[in-house]
Amino acid sequence: MNALEQVPDGQKVRVVKIDAGREMTTRLKHMGISEGDEINVLQNMNGPLIVGKGNLRLALGRGMGRKIWVEKL
Amino acid sequence: MNYTIALAGHPNSGKTTTFNRLVGGREKEGNWPGTTVERKDGRLSYQGQEISVVDLPGTYSLSDYSIDEQIAVQYLINEKPDVVAAVVDASHLERNLYLVVQLLEMGLNVILVLNMMDLARETGVDVNAVQLAEILKIPVVETVASRGHGISLLKDTILKAQGRKPEKLLIDYGELREGVVALENFLGPKEVIPGLNNRALAVKILEDEEDILQQLEHRQDFSTILQMRRGIEARLGKSAEMYIAERRYAFIKGLVKECAGHFMPIQERLTMSDKIDRVMTHRFGGIPIFLSMMYLLFSLVFKAGEPMVNGLDAGFTRLGRELAQFILAAGWPAWIGSFVSDGVIAGVGGVLSFLPYILLLFFGISILEDSGYLSRAAFIMDRAMHALGLHGKSFIPMLLGFGCNIPGIMATRTLSSHKDRILTILVLPLMSCAARLPVYTLFAGALFPRRQGEVVFSLYVLGIVLAIIMARIFRGFLFKEETAPLVMELPPYRMPNFRNTFFLMWLRAVLFIKKAGTLIFVAVVFIWALASLPVGVEYASEQSIIGQIGKFLAPALKPAGFGFWQAAVALLFGIFAKEAVIGSLATLYGVGEEGLTAVLPQYFTPLSGYAFLVMVLIYIPCLATVVVIKNETNGKWAALAVGYTIALGWLLSVGVYQVGRLIVG
Repeated sequence: MNALEQVPDGQKVRVVKIDAGREMTTRLKHMGISEGDEINVLQNMNGPLIVGKGNLRLALGRGMGRKIWVEKL
Repeated sequence: MNYTIALAGHPNSGKTTTFNRLVGGREKEGNWPGTTVERKDGRLSYQGQEISVVDLPGTYSLSDYSIDEQIAVQYLINEKPDVVAAVVDASHLERNLYLVVQLLEMGLNVILVLNMMDLARETGVDVNAVQLAEILKIPVVETVASRGHGISLLKDTILKAQGRKPEKLLIDYGELREGVVALENFLGPKEVIPGLNNRALAVKILEDEEDILQQLEHRQDFSTILQMRRGIEARLGKSAEMYIAERRYAFIKGLVKECAGHFMPIQERLTMSDKIDRVMTHRFGGIPIFLSMMYLLFSLVFKAGEPMVNGLDAGFTRLGRELAQFILAAGWPAWIGSFVSDGVIAGVGGVLSFLPYILLLFFGISILEDSGYLSRAAFIMDRAMHALGLHGKSFIPMLLGFGCNIPGIMATRTLSSHKDRILTILVLPLMSCAARLPVYTLFAGALFPRRQGEVVFSLYVLGIVLAIIMARIFRGFLFKEETAPLVMELPPYRMPNFRNTFFLMWLRAVLFIKKAGTLIFVAVVFIWALASLPVGVEYASEQSIIGQIGKFLAPALKPAGFGFWQAAVALLFGIFAKEAVIGSLATLYGVGEEGLTAVLPQYFTPLSGYAFLVMVLIYIPCLATVVVIKNETNGKWAALAVGYTIALGWLLSVGVYQVGRLIVG
């Protein structure tokens, strides 16, 4: 299991745990990322990330990638 | 009978576009009471009926995480609109339906508006609106609001929905089923909070919604309610709130499976949009591209706008002069001529001369936003801005502030966090606007003949440094929480819809004139009066009221090295418009503006001149800016902006002068 922040470009991962507090976790859920989801790391800029799920694209800023734990698929 | 419809939906769902299409400009802007959140009310006339339309803040759900959501919930419960049109992005059905589910649980009369159907089709999503309508038992309308498709059908549906008696939606809460029923029975048959059915209330209590719980605090059985909640959650063994959200999503997943499909396989491959993003957000290339875009935007607004503004300015000045001459020739007393040209025309001109900037700004930002680039820009700048205590989206407003603060302040509307928005607005006036430049160049030319460029540059840098410091201070004292880490949706790139853009741009301009115009106009006339009274006095002379005020204030400016009344009066005029500092100095010393270069060194030393410039840099934004700040936030923040800039300006100019005296002697 890795922090999302450490996943390189082009990898597909599954979200195992979101460690971001109640408010942020629910917000992520509303924006489309929940525990159990499979997502694509489209770009990892050493911290900030762009991930994709289906036709959704989300930009995650500094720090967010450290709070999402994933496993490789 | 007043028929009211409220619009709810995600921030990016096209809700605002739908609102604009429905009310076509007949709208009133204000704030939700006690907040700085924008409230839009409009009227729709259709088939002889007058319908009030309320645009609720864009929200992802109806819980109480943000002030936007609290406002939405309170409005829906207290003002019970006759219909709620839930505007949904059809290409992201699963996420967008959460809000709809909550609306239905609350027992509201909901119309589901499936917007962005074009985008859905493009991304291969196929939605069966008929089936959705059957399962949810509500009317469903397909629209493409940006092109106006489906809007008349929506209006028809709104009319027909009048008087409909909706059924509240019952979600299966699985392990919480019994808990919900128990709580609902405890609350009794009568609505505990009028406007909200008890089952929905029970669920909200289990979700630990603070806003709602506060409304129950006064009840005698409040502690029992809390106990029941704790007991139910303990039996569940995990967070009730998260479990409830999961159950709702499970329902939605099932619903979407039944009613929507993909006629293209879900693309896990890179789309065109992704390929563009590889370039646009490239680790090294992203920033230069961004800076070029910013340069383009800046050029658009200011290079294209300036000639128009100057043209308007010149036009108004000429008009003023001709009218004054005409009045003189007609034999009327001189003061009427002055009132008309220095008061009224100057006032109207003062307002309208900002118009080209505003129009071009909204045009430019609309294009950036519509095309999808704006979110990428915020993302790229996020890291840099965060280090300064600001949000990524603050960059563009602050950059624009270097041209003119007003478009900069209006550009902060792209910030979704109100705290970040206010913070940016407070700090924006320190971005030295173009109106101050003539003052800098004149003084620098007169007092620092060989160092003109460096002096002016140092002032800009000082402004930026102060902005960073004040941002940190304000964030520390006023907005204690850290900016939340950025989580932002990147919509697919698309060609901007120009018709929409022009339409929006026009709306904004009209609203600006209506709101800011009156106030600015009044203020200009007021300053004219101060300079022209008592009757018979020479305009802006020592004996006029403004001259007297200047003499009164002069001693306070002594520690900064310019304790003479002319400087004070110039600064007072500068409150109206920064460029006016030069004009007024010229008038007061009885020379033309060119003559000032010779006159200034007689009254200012290089040091006191620099201190004066520091004051001009910092003290109070121009009047029009203050008005806009008040309109975009509220009187309290506008007052703070005025207060802190005056204080900071005074402190720093005094500091510069005194420290300079010590060093230079």
